[in-house]
Amino acid sequence: MRSLERVDKRLTNGLALGVIWLAAITTVAALGAILLYVVVNGIGSLTPAFIFTWPHGVNMEGGIWPTIQSTVYVTALAMLITTPVAVLAAVYLAEYAVQGRLVRTIRFAADSLASVPSIVMGLFGLAAFVEGAGLKFSVLAAALALSFLLLPIVMRTTEEAIRSVPRYARWGSYGLGATKWQTVSRIVLPSATPRITTGVILAAGRAAGETAVVIYTMGTMINAPLFPSDGGRTMPVHLMLLAQDGINLHAAYGTALVLVLMVLAFNIVARWVSRRNRSMQG
Amino acid sequence: MTDKLASQDPGDVLSAGADKFTVDGLDFFYGAFNALSGIDVRIKEHAVTAFIGPSGCGKSTFLRCLNRMNDLIPGTRCEGKVRLDGHDVYGPGVDPADLRRRVGMIFQQPNPFPMTIYDNVAYGPRLHGMRKRADLDAVVEESLKRANVWKEVKDILGRGGLTLSGGQQQRLCIARVLAVEPEVLLMDEPCSAIDPTSVQKVEDLMAELKDRITIVIVTHNMQQAARVSDYTAFFLQELAGEAAHLIEFDRTATLFTTPRDRRTEDYITGRFG
Amino acid sequence: MSAGSPREGQAQAPAPQDRGPAGNGGLSRISRATHLKEALLRNAFLVCACVAVAGVTLIFVFVGYQGWPIFAKLGIGEFLGGRVWYPTKGLFGILTLVVNSLLAMAGGLVLGAPLAVGTAVFLSEVASPRVREVTRPAVELLAGIPSVVYGFFGLVLLRPIIARVFGGLGFGLFTVWVILGVMIVPTIATLTEDALRSVPEGIREASYAMGATKWQTIWRVLLPAARIGIIDAVILGMGRAIGETMAVVMIAGNAPVIPDSIFKPFLTLTTVIVMDMPYASGDHRTALFGVAIVLFVISMIFVASIRVISRSRGEGD
Repeated sequence: MRSLERVDKRLTNGLALGVIWLAAITTVAALGAILLYVVVNGIGSLTPAFIFTWPHGVNMEGGIWPTIQSTVYVTALAMLITTPVAVLAAVYLAEYAVQGRLVRTIRFAADSLASVPSIVMGLFGLAAFVEGAGLKFSVLAAALALSFLLLPIVMRTTEEAIRSVPRYARWGSYGLGATKWQTVSRIVLPSATPRITTGVILAAGRAAGETAVVIYTMGTMINAPLFPSDGGRTMPVHLMLLAQDGINLHAAYGTALVLVLMVLAFNIVARWVSRRNRSMQG
Repeated sequence: MTDKLASQDPGDVLSAGADKFTVDGLDFFYGAFNALSGIDVRIKEHAVTAFIGPSGCGKSTFLRCLNRMNDLIPGTRCEGKVRLDGHDVYGPGVDPADLRRRVGMIFQQPNPFPMTIYDNVAYGPRLHGMRKRADLDAVVEESLKRANVWKEVKDILGRGGLTLSGGQQQRLCIARVLAVEPEVLLMDEPCSAIDPTSVQKVEDLMAELKDRITIVIVTHNMQQAARVSDYTAFFLQELAGEAAHLIEFDRTATLFTTPRDRRTEDYITGRFG
Repeated sequence: MSAGSPREGQAQAPAPQDRGPAGNGGLSRISRATHLKEALLRNAFLVCACVAVAGVTLIFVFVGYQGWPIFAKLGIGEFLGGRVWYPTKGLFGILTLVVNSLLAMAGGLVLGAPLAVGTAVFLSEVASPRVREVTRPAVELLAGIPSVVYGFFGLVLLRPIIARVFGGLGFGLFTVWVILGVMIVPTIATLTEDALRSVPEGIREASYAMGATKWQTIWRVLLPAARIGIIDAVILGMGRAIGETMAVVMIAGNAPVIPDSIFKPFLTLTTVIVMDMPYASGDHRTALFGVAIVLFVISMIFVASIRVISRSRGEGD
């Protein structure tokens, strides 16, 4: 009786752990399937001509260069707008703020901002920046709308990075007669920079892959934007339109591959930055 | 002699020499909790004063009142008078940053900044406006020499401060403080996290530094207090949840040989076994 | 360090630059310049932090301004409770879309949440460090893949397979469930893993010491101990699922009816915006902004409920 119970217990344990393994394997397999499918189907399209030339004709033959340029442009501009505000906001929350109603409100707002569906952010961008501020479909309007999406992400990673700086380091600086800002700017932020960078890069990956926000703020016109006031079509938007029309799947596969490679590159760089930092401190 | 008298009247043995810090009726609060109560003490210039007592007795907290490091902990409050050279440290408008430059601090955990050895030492002078490379070079070298760590690091000034051993890191931190020429050095259990050979070096260093600098050291190690200090203060929190008091303050030699208070005697004999 | 009457010591306080090492001088006071600079910086940072508040407010104001007229015109009941979305006939009832969104979310959750929690348990309790080093980046990468790529993958690979196996065109709830299920895995898994890791090691040891198996420890001790964190994670996953747009629009088929089969096309709150926005005008456009208000409110409800749940455990911020 007792031994039977023990066998049963062990059997349950084995089965349950098997299910857990299965869950993890399914997750990894899902990633593998997506990556493999995109790579296998897209690799044939991935020629220098595809990357560096313009699309032409009703079937969008040729390359995707202007969509790459648009994506890079809007991502860079969005990060340029977001990063300083988000980092300083995080400095406030981590270093200056006293727990209270104001801080609770700010945190609630940041959490809310983080969970606003991107389609809502897109319509907001359309109403506020494209029409309201008269920016038309432009890189700037898209970057501004994106920056609201990215702000809470960068704020959160930065605040965590700042909080992970040991308080002993701060004390050392204060103990030498440093003011708060001297301590923050010379000790805390430099120490937190690698982790902040990791967060910023991951957020940039998010911006580069975003569709719903940019489609209503930058438009869908194929263009190589030069000024922030120019419009354009980013890679995700291009991919979506190609896939929906179903006219040139070849180009769609290629675009998907370039997009995935770009996001992958962001992830790898972010990982590299954080790992290098860990080995430096270890 | 009652303990009350002992803590209120430092006694005439202590009248010799100038007072660097005078503390009168200091109470310290963490929120509503009264952690330290009625502390009166005179800290002599150009001497080493040790704070001893069981852990949790508030000696580190008291140390941090002297350079207002406790200001950095939200919800804390300090009542009573702390005077540096007769000037109220908690007076209105007093710049805590400037106070901390004059009253330097060494922490339990060596805490070099994540930058080069050179930049660690140059950090303070740069904060206070020193820019010229030659001046900085001179200060860095002088400070590292005074902290007895120059020989070990003079060829690796460009290396990260965190790559040094624990004992070297602590001496680097001392050099870093010396670079801003403090008048007082507060040391909060500076030897508890470093190896024994480095402890010796740090203790030697204190003896060398005290002609120019007033030193206050918190230590849980009574032998260390007996070895390095001229004056000793014994703190005790008698009941958990109550405020800690200064039980006795005297010349180290006197306090360790003929303590006036029975509790002091219990503590030092208990430890000396 | 603030107000109070000047005391004896400060009377002969020297200027800040007068700093002798042996100086017996008084304590220098905070210079006006330093004080101003620090206060200025502090306020500048506060302004940055308030951008988040301004952001939420602006979204509410702009989307609300554009969308509110439809509520005023139709009445909240008819807009939210109307079953027919037929813009060309002036019918703007979104109940069908709400139901479809909830159906899509629920199915995605049923598939995705167990997968995610299982993966999180695997990462935190089961995997060896080496296996973990492969698995965790995979989860992070899954989070980084753009939703349009998920949609594309669903459209070109999954949809034909489902069409072949179950008949029909392959557009429908089932396809959406599979894709949403995978998409919410990283959101839920990452937060669940954090919650599991924050369970003190002592609790695990105590359980093992009483002869519990690994599974018993996970099921009876760890998951209950981490349940608040897991609930939060699942709610965030729900938010992600109901707000997802680009992946869904490519595989949902987009017919404005409550589907009678999980293999038939359907339209949701998010996808109706993508489908109709390019040509909408007048009331139609206003109604789409009205839909955005509904989505915004739903996401706020999710965030607020996480707040309430966390606070009920006495955690607050």
